Amino acid sequence: MSASETPKRSLRTPLGRVRNLGAAHSGTSDFWRQRITGVAMTLLMIPALVIIVMLLGRNQVYAAQTLSSIPVAVILLLFIFASAWHMKIGMQVVIEDYVHNEKLKLVSIMLNNFFSVAVALASTYAILKLSSGV
Amino acid sequence: MQVYRWTLTMALSIIHRATGIALYFGTLLLVWWLVAAASGPAAYAHVQAFAGSIIGRLIVFGYTWALMHHMLSGIRHFVWDLGYGFKANEREALTWGALIGGIALTVLIWIIAYANGGGR
Repeated sequence: MSASETPKRSLRTPLGRVRNLGAAHSGTSDFWRQRITGVAMTLLMIPALVIIVMLLGRNQVYAAQTLSSIPVAVILLLFIFASAWHMKIGMQVVIEDYVHNEKLKLVSIMLNNFFSVAVALASTYAILKLSSGV
Repeated sequence: MQVYRWTLTMALSIIHRATGIALYFGTLLLVWWLVAAASGPAAYAHVQAFAGSIIGRLIVFGYTWALMHHMLSGIRHFVWDLGYGFKANEREALTWGALIGGIALTVLIWIIAYANGGGR
């Protein structure tokens, strides 16, 4: 529809007319966050891999010591935060594309949120516990 | 769907989603590893025993590939987001790059991992 076809008396902006009409009932914020978290993980990939490779074949004492150092803990926390957010958005897109039953879709999206938050929180708790040394 | 001739780009689009879904559930391994490290030596030994087994190694190898492929395939999407690489030959080159690069990086990481004592 071109601009000339829009009703002239309406106070609603073009954005206002289409807002909430998408499958997600939200705008482009998830699209943008998906990119931010993707770029973040790409940047963090090499340090994160170095940390994991460093710990291969080592015992728990060594692992606990390494994971509790500040740079390692911060890198992993950032990576986990970005991953959890990225995967939550990604799975939501998949659900919206393939699950067409409205109730099932809402339940799936809710479970997706629970899972992603649980993954993020459990990992964060573990790292903070190691860092605090209790 | 049936009216389209399958192209490499289309197949890779599906693989991007499939690897994404695999990585989603694969994060449980990451959680298990970190929680075990925070729990103590016994719990950590369980993770190591699993990761060191044949099945465990296969899963972690698959996870490494899914991660590398998804990352490179994602970088391909960033290139497209920025408005480059839409010509047919560029699309193909980016897609082949993600496919071959994903396998190459996975093998490279595992060589480094084994050289660093991952085989223990």
